[in-house]
Amino acid sequence: MSEEAITLKHLTVAYQSVPVLWDVSLGFKKGKMTAIIGPNGAGKSTLIKAMLQLIKPLTGEVAFSLNDHQMAPYKEVKQQVAYVPQNSSVDWDFPTTVLDVVTMGRYGRLGWFKRAKKADKEIAAQQLAKVGMQTFADRQISQLSGGQRQRVFLARALAQEADIYLLDEPLAGVDMKTERIIMNLLHELVAEGKTVIVVHHDLQTVEEYFDEVVFINRSLMAAGSVSSAFTDKNIEETYRTDQNVGERSAQP
Amino acid sequence: MEQLLALFSDYTFQIVALGTGFLGLLSGVVGTYATLRKESLLGDALSHAALPGIALAFLLIGKKDLVYLLGGALISGLIATALIQWISKKSTVKFDNALSVVLSSFFGLGLVLLTHIQGLENANQAGLEKFIYGQASSMLLSDVQLLLAVGAGILVLVLLLWKELKVFAFDPVFTQTLGFQTRILQFILSAMIILTVIFGLESVGVILMSALLIGPAVAARQWSDRLGVVLILAGLFGMVSGVAGTFISSIGRQIPTGPTIVLVLSLIVMISLIFSPKRGLIIRWVNQRRKKKAYIKQIEEKQERSEKYAR
Amino acid sequence: MLVEIYLIAVVVALACSLPGVFLVLRGSTMLSDAITHTVLLGIVLAFFVVNDLNSPFLIVGATLVGVLTVWLIETLQHTKLLSNDSAIGIVFPLFFSIAIILITRYAGNVHLDADSVLMGELAFAPFRRMTLFGMDFGPKVLWSMLIILIINVLFITFFYKELKITTFDPGLAAALGFSPVFLHYALMTLVSLTAVGAYDSVGSILVVGFMVGPALTGYLLTHRLKRMILITLITAVFNSLVGVKAAFVLDTSIAGMIAVVTGITCLLAFLFSPSKGSIQAIRNRWKQRKNLKKQAASSHIKS
Repeated sequence: MSEEAITLKHLTVAYQSVPVLWDVSLGFKKGKMTAIIGPNGAGKSTLIKAMLQLIKPLTGEVAFSLNDHQMAPYKEVKQQVAYVPQNSSVDWDFPTTVLDVVTMGRYGRLGWFKRAKKADKEIAAQQLAKVGMQTFADRQISQLSGGQRQRVFLARALAQEADIYLLDEPLAGVDMKTERIIMNLLHELVAEGKTVIVVHHDLQTVEEYFDEVVFINRSLMAAGSVSSAFTDKNIEETYRTDQNVGERSAQP
Repeated sequence: MEQLLALFSDYTFQIVALGTGFLGLLSGVVGTYATLRKESLLGDALSHAALPGIALAFLLIGKKDLVYLLGGALISGLIATALIQWISKKSTVKFDNALSVVLSSFFGLGLVLLTHIQGLENANQAGLEKFIYGQASSMLLSDVQLLLAVGAGILVLVLLLWKELKVFAFDPVFTQTLGFQTRILQFILSAMIILTVIFGLESVGVILMSALLIGPAVAARQWSDRLGVVLILAGLFGMVSGVAGTFISSIGRQIPTGPTIVLVLSLIVMISLIFSPKRGLIIRWVNQRRKKKAYIKQIEEKQERSEKYAR
Repeated sequence: MLVEIYLIAVVVALACSLPGVFLVLRGSTMLSDAITHTVLLGIVLAFFVVNDLNSPFLIVGATLVGVLTVWLIETLQHTKLLSNDSAIGIVFPLFFSIAIILITRYAGNVHLDADSVLMGELAFAPFRRMTLFGMDFGPKVLWSMLIILIINVLFITFFYKELKITTFDPGLAAALGFSPVFLHYALMTLVSLTAVGAYDSVGSILVVGFMVGPALTGYLLTHRLKRMILITLITAVFNSLVGVKAAFVLDTSIAGMIAVVTGITCLLAFLFSPSKGSIQAIRNRWKQRKNLKKQAASSHIKS
């Protein structure tokens, strides 16, 4: 069995009074491309946010393992984990250029006070070229289409040069060209030995794109390699058990 | 002409113009971050909330020493900010609603304390109300020196934390995943806004301070898409308004300085909104007309072609 | 005298709090903050025209300028060149500055100083009497605020359903044929009118507190609109009575004291409300964590 990049133990998350994720214990395999699948409101985004400590879980642990094979909590490995949020709710009228946004991916490595150097800008420009946006480098960000914005945010994550990439629905509402570019890049990352975890909504493409699959609906429904776990039975159970779990979560 | 020369060599004018000019520069820079974080009205609330702090400091110390008064204002401003953010984050109460309630009850407390002070037998009391309207003409050299020192500190901090403040203003969640403590950045930003507002109270007063924070930022945004340029322009617009406002109110009789500064600033804002070559209303209108014409022409040509084809 | 001050305080508080209910629900209270400042310009301009501080035209002029403020702010917001709150923060200081400059320059010798407009003073309100045919009918402000209160009550009674639907679902309201824009401007006209009426007794800065405070207390204590209005009115009366009393005991600004009491009742509601209070929320979360931990532990044992 291959090693785990992220290990979750009994993770439970609640907003206000409703548990959104219930007792999730799970390992994400290192160097693989994993899809997180589940119906709307199943807690997929919450799972990612809880792993990044953007939401404080009620109980449970999240541990990361990088190339040194040591398990560590998130705050010690922040630099090695890159995150692409779902349709990022930033102010698109912000006075900044595309290249500037991608360069922000370098800031974490620089730490407090240090300025971005020429080398950082070059890395940012390279990532921008990878997503096919180099000609837009000097544009203000409000002039981009939805797919282009998504590619810029992927480039920003790439500029972080992390070991683990977490992406929340990167393919939602993007054009075919953007989808192809994003998936090719993610496969390249995996080929380099990096771990990629994607919240995915399109069941049709799971077998084509991913190695591993995780089914989530309020709790862990199933997990494993696509060849073994992506079965009709698991899909059906994940997408129809809403009421079941609803009852359980209604308990005080 | 001679009068003008006399004015420029006038010591009081020099001090006041230096003070209002530097204040304008500072509020332009700090206000740009405040508006980008959508916290521009926080400045308005803070300027009102500073009043009880000023009054309390006076009651405790018994004299009108600017440093203590500003210290009191800083503390009550910080309390009000924390209260507003706490209420709007921890409940379903909207930010605006929390803002207006905190603003008016703090100001009410300030009035209560000021009225109490006025009832005391104390010759020093006169002039505390000037914080409500501001009175630039009464700025002293020591006031301006304090402003310059604190302001320079803020500007240095902005330079040092350039990339941190930029990425935080743009995308706070991402900033957190990069490993920066966003709580620290939020505190620094709030403290900078409060300090600027408090210095503004003395010269333009409680009510007009929000214009000085928002105006330069909005005007500057029309002329550039880069944060650095926007910040420099905002500082410049703020400074020009400060100096020009002071100048105009000095040459006329009975023209209050604070409102005149706001008037000059509003003029700059209007010009920027209307005439900016990239985003201005005029260029937008022209572009829309041009596009419309192009569409109409296309449709007409299509119709002509189809008519020809039909024949 | 004393009774009159209590009466005026109560009537002003009631008149202000009614439109406040819908301001709070719509989250547009800073817009009303802007209005309460800009009506000063209306008063000044109307004064220049009629040259009489007691003319009803002052109220008309000020109300018009209040509505003009809303229109200008919203026009700026529609350009998308600046954020919504920036538009507010630019327009009202401009109008206010013009008013202050006009006052200092031209009206210096008339009783129209910025002081009384901004701060107001309830204690002086009973000095301005309403006399008809040589008979004394009580303080003038009491009458004008009573009329404004009645107008507000009538408006909210007649348009209750429309106000409710445009507040909670503007899209649906428009589809059903109620114009959200019309109601919005009608409400803003009332806010302006109320602000003008109240300025010389409580001052333009504190009017916002009178409008928002009781309504926010009501909002925190219930989920139902009718009950919210009721609680708002009760809180308004309570705040003004306690505020006036405290001001007399401490010998200080009455309006300021009412604003302080308003803030305190609001804070108490925020802390202790049984449904939306923050202490209740903390307790819930704490209890829930304990339960979930217990449940989680037992489910591990089972598995």
